[in-house]
Amino acid sequence: MKEFKYTITDPVGIHARPAGLLVKEVKAHASKVTITTADGKSADAKKLLALMGLGIKQGDTVTVSIEGDDEDAAAASVEKFMQDNL
Amino acid sequence: MQVATGISILHGIALGKIRIFKHPEYVIDEKTVDDPIPELNRFEQARLKVQAQQQVLYDRAVAAAGEESAAIFQFHADMLDDDDLLDACKTIMVEQHHTAEYAARQGFDNVAQMFKEMEDPYFQARSADVIDVGNSVIEVLLGLDTDSLQGTEPSILVAEDLAPSETVKLDKSLLLGMITREGSSNSHTAILARSMNLPTLIQCKDISDDWDGKFAILDGYNSCVYIDPTQDLIDSLTRKHNEDLKKEALLQELKGKTNTTIDGKTIKVYANIGGPSDIGSVQANDAEGVGLFRSEFVYLNSKEDPSEEMQFQAYKRVLETLAPKLVVIRTCDIGADKTIDYMNLDKETNPALGFRAIRICLTRKDFFKRQLRALLRASVYGNLAIMFPMIISLREVREAKEILAECKRELANEGQKVADNIQIGIMVETPAAVLCADELAEEVDFFSLGTNDLTQYTCAIDRQNAKLEPFSDTHHPAVLREIKMTIDAGHRHGCWVGICGELGADLSLTETFLRMGVDELSVNAKSVLPLRKAIRSIDLSKPASTAGQTE
Repeated sequence: MKEFKYTITDPVGIHARPAGLLVKEVKAHASKVTITTADGKSADAKKLLALMGLGIKQGDTVTVSIEGDDEDAAAASVEKFMQDNL
Repeated sequence: MQVATGISILHGIALGKIRIFKHPEYVIDEKTVDDPIPELNRFEQARLKVQAQQQVLYDRAVAAAGEESAAIFQFHADMLDDDDLLDACKTIMVEQHHTAEYAARQGFDNVAQMFKEMEDPYFQARSADVIDVGNSVIEVLLGLDTDSLQGTEPSILVAEDLAPSETVKLDKSLLLGMITREGSSNSHTAILARSMNLPTLIQCKDISDDWDGKFAILDGYNSCVYIDPTQDLIDSLTRKHNEDLKKEALLQELKGKTNTTIDGKTIKVYANIGGPSDIGSVQANDAEGVGLFRSEFVYLNSKEDPSEEMQFQAYKRVLETLAPKLVVIRTCDIGADKTIDYMNLDKETNPALGFRAIRICLTRKDFFKRQLRALLRASVYGNLAIMFPMIISLREVREAKEILAECKRELANEGQKVADNIQIGIMVETPAAVLCADELAEEVDFFSLGTNDLTQYTCAIDRQNAKLEPFSDTHHPAVLREIKMTIDAGHRHGCWVGICGELGADLSLTETFLRMGVDELSVNAKSVLPLRKAIRSIDLSKPASTAGQTE
């Protein structure tokens, strides 16, 4: 399993547009990607509504964990995606 | 006549018949069915159909209002791919044997409820999106026709609320305006209304089904709607509406065109503004830049001496938003008719000839430096020019420039970045400046003629004294000669010369100014396009056609 932390810089947080793009990014990989907030709530990053339900805002630090056969590639591309879009 | 008020989204007027926009009411059957398979199939077909609709709405919204506003429909389409939501609906059909409609209602409502309970207003507002998509699915399942709700004749739509998908689906050619009981100024409906340029009233609590078919006027300027208005109101608001249409037509016709005469001479037409809130009108009227940004607003809107940081933010916002357009910011012009308590200025018997503008700034150096530092720091965010007002002598310009250089050195030592292409100019608004224009031009990049003060000082006419009206002449030959002298002096030394006073917008003088060789005219934003139109109709290769010549 791979894991990294990321602090959201987008002013609206994980809002509809980047959430939708993130889901598509994650779905391109076989690995399971889980996003966990500082207060312990987590969601499968392939599920748009659950992801938005976390209500992640600007300044929040989330833990992203990636588990599966392509976890190295998935972790790298998800981290890059977040830096570029969130 | 009935008057109802609300919150206006757009300054504009709509006249026409009211159409009540109401979804057909339906009841969802709670019956159970034996075989869930047909329900699952119906649900899947409805899901795919609504998803395809959202894609169409997305394309339509991109075309009508841009990608930013359209993104919400991508969210709607993506929502219909969400496994949690789809599984929840399927479970209701497979395990509880409910109909597809019932499953959709329950499934979407649960998600909407989740958003509604979130703290952040952005996420709360998404609950309306979920309901919107859920309703679309149910309406497809029930075979309801929602396309004809708008009717077939042009009308002002009145609704409880309009979902984003409804707003985009509307036939714009039949849409005169919108009125809703609910909605916020940040809702997608409001955003779309703005980008579609439609007079819209939200939060109008008094809407009524009785209005259907009645004639009404939506007055966006006064945030109200008149049902069965009086003839007087119809006449006056029709006039105003026609003015708006004329302006809009002019805008469409002239937008993006250059300010070029028939014989090919091009000048710049800039806008005069008083604060960051005027940025929108600069853009809407297609001004090429800002020729006079009166910085007084930062002083007048503040209870105490405004800090460098506060000024920096204000200047930055204007420069950044309008970049790469040139923005000429005039330094503090307090004094005379503009006084402020915290400045502790003495009462003067002759304030117009008193302690004001650059005279205060050169005396109170720390006060001046706060503004200059803020301007310099903001310069990297756009295209800045700094202009000093009320100049009468070379010494003042040199001193002001020396203080500016001092600020630059300080900022460099602090590691702050400053643009290296900042133009420096002065207001030419005193006869002294006109007569010394050759020397002054050596020190600066541009001149801007302030014709209001120049006229008052040249003719010794107090512009606030109504009794002097019979003696005043806004086209006084002395002032016109001074303008010509200033333009010539500026050009001799490589300065561009503009006019930012009221005369700049005086269309009866436009040809005269062009013949004098003026490089720029800066006028109120709403005069930009009429002026552009005038310039484009002038032919300087023909003999002069107007009066008011200098010779």
